[in-house]
Amino acid sequence: MAIVTTSLKRVAAAGVLAAFISSGAAAQTLRVVQHGNLTILDPIWTTAYVTRNHGYLIYDTLFSTDGNYEIKPQMVDKWSVSQDKLTWSFTLRDGLEWHDGQPVTSEDCVASLKRWAARDAMGLKLWDFVKELKTVDAKTFELVLKEPYGLVLESLGKPSSQVPFMMPKRIAETSPTEQIKSQIGSGPFIYKTDESKPGEKHVYVKNPKYKPRAEPASGLAGGKVVKLDRVELVEMPDTQVQANALIAGEIDIVEAPPHDLLPMLKAEKNIVLDDWNPLGHQFIIRFNHVVKPFDNPKIRLAALYAINQEDYLKATVGNAAYYKTCAAVFICGTPFATDKGGDILLKSNFEKSKELLKEAGYDGTPIVVMQSTTLPILTNTAPVTKSLLERGGFKVDMQSMDWQTLVSRRTKKDPADKGGWNILHTYSVSADVLNPISTSYLVAAGDKGWFGWPTDPEMEKLRDAFAKETDPAKQKALAEKVQLRALETAQYGWIGQWYGPGAHRSNIKGWLKAPVPVFWNIEKTGS
Amino acid sequence: MLAFIARRLIATIPVILFVAVFVFMLLRLTPGDPAAIIAGDNATADQVDAIRAKLGLDEPLLTQFMIWSGRVLSGDFGESFFFKKTVAELISQRIEPTLMLSLCTIVLAVLVAVPVGVLAASRQGGWVDRIVMGFSVMGFSVPTFVIGYLLIYVFAIVLGWLPVQGYRRISEGFGDFIIRLIMPSVTLAVIYVALISRITRASVIETLGEDYIRTARAKGLPGRVVLLRHALRNAAVPIITVIGIGIALLIGGVVITESVYNIPGLGRLTVDAVLARDFPVIQIVIMMFSFVFVLINLIIDLAYSVLDPRIRY
Repeated sequence: MAIVTTSLKRVAAAGVLAAFISSGAAAQTLRVVQHGNLTILDPIWTTAYVTRNHGYLIYDTLFSTDGNYEIKPQMVDKWSVSQDKLTWSFTLRDGLEWHDGQPVTSEDCVASLKRWAARDAMGLKLWDFVKELKTVDAKTFELVLKEPYGLVLESLGKPSSQVPFMMPKRIAETSPTEQIKSQIGSGPFIYKTDESKPGEKHVYVKNPKYKPRAEPASGLAGGKVVKLDRVELVEMPDTQVQANALIAGEIDIVEAPPHDLLPMLKAEKNIVLDDWNPLGHQFIIRFNHVVKPFDNPKIRLAALYAINQEDYLKATVGNAAYYKTCAAVFICGTPFATDKGGDILLKSNFEKSKELLKEAGYDGTPIVVMQSTTLPILTNTAPVTKSLLERGGFKVDMQSMDWQTLVSRRTKKDPADKGGWNILHTYSVSADVLNPISTSYLVAAGDKGWFGWPTDPEMEKLRDAFAKETDPAKQKALAEKVQLRALETAQYGWIGQWYGPGAHRSNIKGWLKAPVPVFWNIEKTGS
Repeated sequence: MLAFIARRLIATIPVILFVAVFVFMLLRLTPGDPAAIIAGDNATADQVDAIRAKLGLDEPLLTQFMIWSGRVLSGDFGESFFFKKTVAELISQRIEPTLMLSLCTIVLAVLVAVPVGVLAASRQGGWVDRIVMGFSVMGFSVPTFVIGYLLIYVFAIVLGWLPVQGYRRISEGFGDFIIRLIMPSVTLAVIYVALISRITRASVIETLGEDYIRTARAKGLPGRVVLLRHALRNAAVPIITVIGIGIALLIGGVVITESVYNIPGLGRLTVDAVLARDFPVIQIVIMMFSFVFVLINLIIDLAYSVLDPRIRY
């Protein structure tokens, strides 16, 4: 009886408190916690993934990548390419409108593409081949090339960061070095500037005038059918608070709970773990090519011989269900993936490493490995590198710092013992490393490339040849050569693929599998 | 008195100036580049350089300081590197949660700690005293975040009585507002209850040994009147001092509590700004905190003269 009385008291108390707290929002509000705070709202200006996610909510794209990594039209109704493969013509779908009610025109798209091409690596590459981008009529525009280019649609439909999102001309004419000040797109959601509070939440409502394509949704392509009234991106930096709030039903989705919280979330009956990004992520070990001793390719190669993917994956992810070794630079299971040459990354060969160091005349200069201590997924990569390189004959000086210090220090080209660095670790969303052009780590054009600044004319020739090639079979052969060249020069190391499922309440259905968390197609049943 | 207040307020100017220079230099000398953070992980060095130039971070330190201090003196606190909002706007959005949390905490702490401390003093050596002091030691020993997570587990996850996180403004409804402040305020109040109750107990015990208390008792005044009207009032100066210090220390406690309960206040703004190296925000928030600190000390000094007529400025 005492137990029953206590329970009744608890129920009554909970009831009173529940009544005291107003329900706040309707059942069709989806509350999502992203992997980081959304601070910058211009997806062309920054490569930050949270800003990209914001972009997919309010903007639309000319083309998109579907669930099978094929490029499909999105805002474009029909397109054609001339016999000589130099003139591409695109016609927009009927009835496309900006959130302010103005029609989407070809002039808007031309301005948007120009701004994007000034910022994005794939856009910059495409623009090397562009002779002219011009409007034909209100709905049609043409892209005229100097010579055939094999990645026109792949560039326009690229997934992940710095996506060519379409914006009204007056906004797209903002200088590429300035942030846009207005959030008007033609996408499935409308950004509510008046209700959004940076650092607290960002609010989006369903765009009632959005016309989804007729095809079913697939990846980032197909019909973007919105089944919610409202999406709130809630800022919640503490992962434990995220888990508690999800369990208590205060939020609906946590995009990327850390691996150590997954068992706890899995044990909750109202929580579902969802592998929304089946491509996952790829760990990277990056060498600084412009300072000693990694200006010597033999010493870089010695480092690659010393490491192995399994050790990194065990130390960072731990649970084998969420990682796999993969010899391919272009993500296992995707069109350009190949194992050729990649086996050196799968098994450490310390003897070979020592042999190469001897041949290269390595003088025992300590290798400065930067360790980020504030991004949990990366924290353990540096200690693994230290251990493996030391076994391979290197001397290692691991220096710990927060991620913000690391991203600042990685821009320095000073010698490692004077504030510079030799090795850093990072990871990439796999969708960003699917071919030799989109993979920024493969750029070997010195200062124009990613941090570490490798210079290799041969690699650039191969990347150019890939970009110009329009035959998929020949592209595949070139992608293989790129991988072999990257290994031959030890440009960098890809040190394993990992997966991070999202977590959602069990009343959430229809979360699409894509490299980006998107919120069309999602249904929320009950409260 | 007015001259004293004026002198103290004028004395805050060099303090704020020192804080401004110190924080400015400290931030510039700390590793970390806001331009690299803004640009994102896939950005190239050229993109980072362009952003650095845009933000004026490639200027010499002295030039940066002159530009910034000139703007601050003219009332322009600058713009956040990240949020593209003015610092004044950001602070105005975040100040309510912090103020309300601090207010609820200090009211709760004083309402609990002073009576408990007086009670413990009046029962010195008895079981009530021992229990109060035992809880006090515990309150000092357990870190704020542990108390926070424990309360969340019990009252939000297991019992489901209170929300796990978040904040609602008073304008959104008093019920929503107060229900979300219960756990954060209790979490933050624990250490202050411990601190204030100990000081209250010690101060009252000391006062109870004074001759005038014996005289009051000899006059036949009831024990309650002796305790509250004579002992507590005369013991108030150290209690007020510790409450004042407590309010100042709340700034640190608020940072942790706001993170544990996901309250979008000044504490979280400071943490986010520090992590992102958002210099304009950090500088102004720290200057504001130091001004509040000075102001609280002034109010405490003034309170002394109200409580003890012998103290005159």
